[in-house]
Amino acid sequence: MNDKKTKIMTFNTLILHTAALFLLPLQLIFSVFLLLRGHDEPGGGFIAGLVASGAFVLYLFAHGVASTREIMRVEPRDLLALGLLLGLAAMFPGMFHGEAFLTAQWWEFSLGETDIKLSTVLIFDIGVYFAVLGTILTIVMSLTESEE
Amino acid sequence: MESLMAYVIGILFAAAIYMMLRRSIVKLVIGLIILSNAANLLIFAVSGMTRGAPPLIPEGAAAPLGIIADPLPQALILTAIVIAFGVLAFAVVLIHRAYEVVGNDDLDQMKDTDT
Amino acid sequence: MSPEVVLPIIIPLLAGALTLAFWRSTFYQRWISLFATTALLGSGIWLLSSIRETGFVVMQMGGWAAPFGITIVADLLSAIMIVLTGIIGLAIAVFSMAATPDKHQKFGYFPLMHLLLAGVAGSFLAGDIFNLFVWFEVMLLASFALLTLGGERAQMEGAIKYVTLNLFSSAIFLSAIGLLYGMVGTLNMADIGDKLSQVEHTGMVNVLAMMFLISFGIKAAAFPLFFWLPASYHTPLVGVSALFAGLLTKVGVYALYRVFTLIFIGDTGYTHTILLWVAVLTMLTGVLGAAAQFEFRRILSFHIVSQIGYMLLGLALFTPLAIIGGVFYIMHHIIVKTNLFLISGVVYRLLGSYDLKKLGGVYKQRPWLAILFLIPALSLAGIPPLSGFFAKFLVIRAGLEVDAWIATGTALLVGLLTLYSMIKIWAEVFWKKLPEGIDDSRLISNRTDSQLLVMLIPVVGLTLCTLYIGLNGEPIYQLASDAADQLLNPAAYIEAVLGENL
Repeated sequence: MNDKKTKIMTFNTLILHTAALFLLPLQLIFSVFLLLRGHDEPGGGFIAGLVASGAFVLYLFAHGVASTREIMRVEPRDLLALGLLLGLAAMFPGMFHGEAFLTAQWWEFSLGETDIKLSTVLIFDIGVYFAVLGTILTIVMSLTESEE
Repeated sequence: MESLMAYVIGILFAAAIYMMLRRSIVKLVIGLIILSNAANLLIFAVSGMTRGAPPLIPEGAAAPLGIIADPLPQALILTAIVIAFGVLAFAVVLIHRAYEVVGNDDLDQMKDTDT
Repeated sequence: MSPEVVLPIIIPLLAGALTLAFWRSTFYQRWISLFATTALLGSGIWLLSSIRETGFVVMQMGGWAAPFGITIVADLLSAIMIVLTGIIGLAIAVFSMAATPDKHQKFGYFPLMHLLLAGVAGSFLAGDIFNLFVWFEVMLLASFALLTLGGERAQMEGAIKYVTLNLFSSAIFLSAIGLLYGMVGTLNMADIGDKLSQVEHTGMVNVLAMMFLISFGIKAAAFPLFFWLPASYHTPLVGVSALFAGLLTKVGVYALYRVFTLIFIGDTGYTHTILLWVAVLTMLTGVLGAAAQFEFRRILSFHIVSQIGYMLLGLALFTPLAIIGGVFYIMHHIIVKTNLFLISGVVYRLLGSYDLKKLGGVYKQRPWLAILFLIPALSLAGIPPLSGFFAKFLVIRAGLEVDAWIATGTALLVGLLTLYSMIKIWAEVFWKKLPEGIDDSRLISNRTDSQLLVMLIPVVGLTLCTLYIGLNGEPIYQLASDAADQLLNPAAYIEAVLGENL
């Protein structure tokens, strides 16, 4: 019984097995790309977090929970906490300038040829990214583990 | 277009309530999903279905040119979709657990807490 | 720039993130929770004192001016509710130090508790109707998860009803927001109130009012949509029950107070008459439901329903005295009801049951616990000089002034039946002999039980609050009266939020 269930939860086809290995880094890079282009163009923390969690969930289907935990190295719950703390941290800089909470602050500097714009919005987006990733992986992993 | 949408929304609400009144908890959740979609569509329809450009102000101008679409309902719907996504994900986990604990997906068997 | 108006939201969110980060250590989680709820209470008192000076505290999030941005606004009613949230949060945090099994803490009891407090505080401070919806959902999501922590059969069954009804209410709320936006083109509550007072009064406004009434009525557990509450509130951990009993339904009541004093005031002859009947039937069905019950927490749950009726009665009568009574009632009720649930938890710790037939003999062994029960119980029933007496007195007096005979008659009758229920609990749990075959080793043991002592700290604290409200009612009455003044004068609220954009 147990054996059969494990088989259902990890699809042991060779194609998925191999593809998941290659797709994982690609999807993660794509998620970072989506995250960083988020402010001016379609993208952002939420959708990037979904893409990243999609990458890990695909890997999880192919290789099981244990090896997913192994390659993640951090607990999804820690990611969730980190995301929430980053999101909250983005609220405060505005306050130190005497403005309302959540007022965006921008820091611009040039690095060689390109101008780089950093902002509290980006910090907030990164927080959303980690929070979404952490939430979805916590739910999916605990559901899969309860099935196994 | 508006009247077509009004019919669609009405049908969605009716279908959602019909599904929610059935005995199976799976159909109950399907009903809730349709209900949240119907509400989102309602916001979209009542706030005016204009075929307009994105509400961006060109450089140098003080106000957007031409007809623009109202971005606020879209933001509302987006937020509501994300919230509904989270809540319904929880609801699906809940009915799964409830099915495991009760061993039955019939709502009529779940009245231990009613008396 | 006034940080006190956002601190009640930020502090629980921060505490939620921190307790989540420390999910491996229950020790840190407990102390962070204790510290954070104390800070929440402190920020509430700060908010209250600055509102006593200035009248309103408004902050436009991210610097976007109203009515386009999201406004966080506190008037006196919001501030009172925030202080009460802090008191209840602190009481539950102390109680949870002793009464939470490690298993539940591992599954995120404390982070969820803080998320719930953030949702509650956000709802009290939201100045934007969609923002109110979002905070409602935050609160609901946390409450769903708290309700099912543990995963027992009764919890699952209760949770399905709770989740379904609340999601249904959210969908109605969302539809109503959409229709309202289609009508007036704004989401800022002050702006909506301003615009609706200028438009010709049409039937559509009444339809919207009814949609809000149904939606908030479900969340406040008003008749006829209250049955999810007694089906679910007795199932989770007692700390969770107490937190829900104190705060969740009151958020619905607060929302009703907000929209029916600020937005839907054009046709009070129609809307507030319906509210009046809802209030009367809520009182009556709640108390009759309780009379038939023999489970400690279910009796208390049904009494939440009947007490909600008194608060709605205050709103429905819509005279200054009635609103004062309603606000006073909310303050009294939150403290007393949480306290009674906590006491049921203490009794459970002593005797291992909530079933009245399996309880008994507590007075003989622990007379002080019986006294601690009797004070909030009699206060709930409205015996002078406790807090409930003044709350009921104000509402009923307001009813008599406007000749609402049926409503006041029902209110008096329900008070009597409440006393009957409380005496039933007293007789069964405290007075009668313990039935044969019940393990009473914990009850009669003389060993000091340090966990029990910790559980009693919030009970004693809340009892003192009840006594304080009862014996020193004048300043509390003054507070409620000022809050009612603000509620009945929406122009000041609108001006405070919109400022020069009016």
